[in-house]
Amino acid sequence: MQQKEFLNLVLPFKDKLFRLAKRLLVSREEAEDATQEILLKLWSKNEAMGQYKSVEAFAMTMTKNFCLDRLKSKQAGNLKLVHSNYQDERTSLQKQLEAEDSVNWVERIMDELPEQQKMVLQLRDIEDYDFDEISELLDMKPTAVRVTLSRARKTVREKLMQKHSYGIG
Amino acid sequence: MESDKHIERLLEKYFEATTTVAEEERLRAYFNQESVATHLEQYQPMFNYFSKAKEEQFTKLSALSEPVKPRKKVYYRWVSVAAAVVLAFGVYFGNDTYQHYQEQKQARIAYEQTKEALNLLAENFSKGTEKVALLEEFEVAKQKVYSTN
Repeated sequence: MQQKEFLNLVLPFKDKLFRLAKRLLVSREEAEDATQEILLKLWSKNEAMGQYKSVEAFAMTMTKNFCLDRLKSKQAGNLKLVHSNYQDERTSLQKQLEAEDSVNWVERIMDELPEQQKMVLQLRDIEDYDFDEISELLDMKPTAVRVTLSRARKTVREKLMQKHSYGIG
Repeated sequence: MESDKHIERLLEKYFEATTTVAEEERLRAYFNQESVATHLEQYQPMFNYFSKAKEEQFTKLSALSEPVKPRKKVYYRWVSVAAAVVLAFGVYFGNDTYQHYQEQKQARIAYEQTKEALNLLAENFSKGTEKVALLEEFEVAKQKVYSTN
């Protein structure tokens, strides 16, 4: 496969890989590195690519595994993820209760979720995958996906309500 | 309003995770518009965030444009060449040193054997000289006999 063909092949889902990586790794730089890595790995598997039912699903699974490994090694090394892409709170101090800011809160709330819930919520509500696809990607039973998703959505709602009623603590 | 009621029902299903992708799309569309019923406003940030998060893009694809594969291939090829060279050297010099070692071992064995043989010889020689000493005694006695005659 030529490079051009490869790029055309990955172009439709490269953003999805990146968003999943960013969801898990939080830091934009880390996510960019991870996505690069995944695409390179994919490129090196070039010849075998025809065997996979869906290259996208395969790449998503690779991304998931790669990021979870990354996180595991970070935790083992007792390192904190370094990221600087949180918005500066002070500039919007006056407008904290405005909708735009609450939208950013959702991102922070999602960062606090357990990894499994993060991934399910990401894949469903942002990437619009259906349950079968998600269960295959994450190696979970469809019912487990449903339960996890429901839990994640409820947690986000709850925390969002808390922020609203207590203000920003 | 009928539409609000419908949205409420959808929301309920949404949090139980029983909505379909299409229904969730409807929810997002509803919350993305300006006029949202006040009692539903609290859910707005959530759906707006999901819509916003969809738009994030990976922009660093340019780094991939450099052909990576050929370099990797060359790299592997050189690894095999290096391995072959090391192996050849190993066989060549290894064999040499092995033979050298074998020769040394044989030489040492020969040396030990010669030493043993020489020792045996020396031992027998010393026995011989002892006897010769006795002969000397006999000579002295013989001289004495001659001189008295």
